[in-house]
Amino acid sequence: MLFIAFLLCIWEISVRLAEIPHWLLPAPSRIFKEATQSYDTFFPHVMATIQLALLGLTIGVLCGLSVAILLHRFVFIRELLYPILIMSQNIPVLVLAPLLIIWFGFGLLPKLIIICLVCFFPIVIATMDGFRQTPAELKHYFQMIGASKSQLFWKLEWPYAYPAIFSGVKIAATYSVMGAVIAEWLGAKKGIGVYMTLSQSSFRTDRVFVAIFAIILLSLLLFYLIRLLEQLFVKGRGADVTYSKH
Amino acid sequence: MLHIQNIDKSFDSLQVIQGLSFEVQDGEFVAIIGPSGSGKSTLFQLIGGVTSLDEGAILLDGEAIQQQRGVIGYMPQQPCLLPWRTILDNVILVEELRHKPNMELAKEWLDKVGLSAFQQAYPHELSGGMQQRVSFIRAIVSNKPILCLDEPFSALDEFTRLEMQAWLVSTWETYRKSVLFVTHSIEEALFLADRVIVLTKRPATVKAEIEVPFARPRTEDIRHSATFTALKQQLFTYLKEEAYAD
Ligand SMILES: Nc1ncnc2c1ncn2[C@@H]1O[C@H](COP(=O)(O)OP(=O)(O)OP(=O)(O)O)[C@@H](O)[C@H]1O
Ligand SMILES: [Mg+2]
Repeated sequence: MLFIAFLLCIWEISVRLAEIPHWLLPAPSRIFKEATQSYDTFFPHVMATIQLALLGLTIGVLCGLSVAILLHRFVFIRELLYPILIMSQNIPVLVLAPLLIIWFGFGLLPKLIIICLVCFFPIVIATMDGFRQTPAELKHYFQMIGASKSQLFWKLEWPYAYPAIFSGVKIAATYSVMGAVIAEWLGAKKGIGVYMTLSQSSFRTDRVFVAIFAIILLSLLLFYLIRLLEQLFVKGRGADVTYSKH
Repeated sequence: MLHIQNIDKSFDSLQVIQGLSFEVQDGEFVAIIGPSGSGKSTLFQLIGGVTSLDEGAILLDGEAIQQQRGVIGYMPQQPCLLPWRTILDNVILVEELRHKPNMELAKEWLDKVGLSAFQQAYPHELSGGMQQRVSFIRAIVSNKPILCLDEPFSALDEFTRLEMQAWLVSTWETYRKSVLFVTHSIEEALFLADRVIVLTKRPATVKAEIEVPFARPRTEDIRHSATFTALKQQLFTYLKEEAYAD
């Protein structure tokens, strides 16, 4: 925190000393002033982005978890889909965006698909890793006490993967805000992304910065929200600690 | 009564068990010692139905139980407690796989062994010895006709180990169910068991069997008796023969 304050100070001082024009790089004080002044017009945009990001994240997490479970539990599905999944990870989502708009128009659906796609991979990969990390001795123990395959999964591998799942969701949460903003660039009525494009075309660099800071804050907020959920769900160890192997 | 009848087991070309036969009477405590890698854990996997027999039969009260899981009680070398479950929820795990668990019985046993204050604690809050007690209680509460214990104390430090042996003797003497106990320690076998079975090195079969004559309830004193020393010497000779045989 202190370091961030320090950086802001340097920024402020160098902008003033070098007399950089404010449409090129506004000083933090100017950005802050703009933020408070245009709060009323800006706030609805922020709310729109939050809604979009949360909805997309939720759907992305649910899809990611379902796919991870399917891939983990059914070997033939895994052999079929996993290579495709890894390959498709290399396609930047941005490239797909124009296509999605051609196919689905400017409504909510293509935007949700973009966010979903962005959130999907970190969840699938982290979840599958979590399943695979279940110690062999625990799996052996479950077999010895006569657990069925589905009991082995739901009572052992699934809860064992919680910490891994949550680290995936944390990454996905930050991505979801970015995904939402990108989706809004491509066409929307409201949202931080829209606000950014408008400000940019009228050279209101201060407003662009307001939007950037809003995005950073939102990402952080979502991150801590997920951390909170993690602390509620992951029992027996502090958050951020994977279960130790004996 | 558990009846091991002339069983064979090999993994690919590696013959691990050959013509092994013995039995455990109701209410009898039988210890098995044998060289490392002789197939003791494999024997438990066969009894537990986790791996399949090549030849022979395993009968429990006259009924063949090979390939049948969840018939025996099992306690492994590591406590294998689930870190996200409270102690109480860990104790009822095995029962939970089959039917509604008997909470009262679980609490009663935790109480009996002085762990009632830890019912709602998580495994990482307990010492290694305490975790092994919980693991043993879990096997008892699962309420199976025979308990199979695979080197349950070998991961503990020497002092805790002696403490746990004394604890197990007194706990078992009030409980008196059939126990099959694998160990590497001659003294442990003599102190705990009614009968000690010595296995040959791989492929395992019965090398010798000795009755342990000490009356119950047993106390630490027997460790210093002449009989104890003599039996210890005898078992040591058997094991040494196996170690240098070829
Ligand atoms: N699934 C398996 N596939 C192939 N070989 C195996 C398998 N399980 C065990 N073995 C081999 O069988 C032999 C006996 O193993 P086992 O674990 O039963 O020995 P053990 O008597 O329990 O040894 P220790 O005293 O070290 O615990 C070992 O040589 C081991 O490598
Ligand atoms: Mg073993």
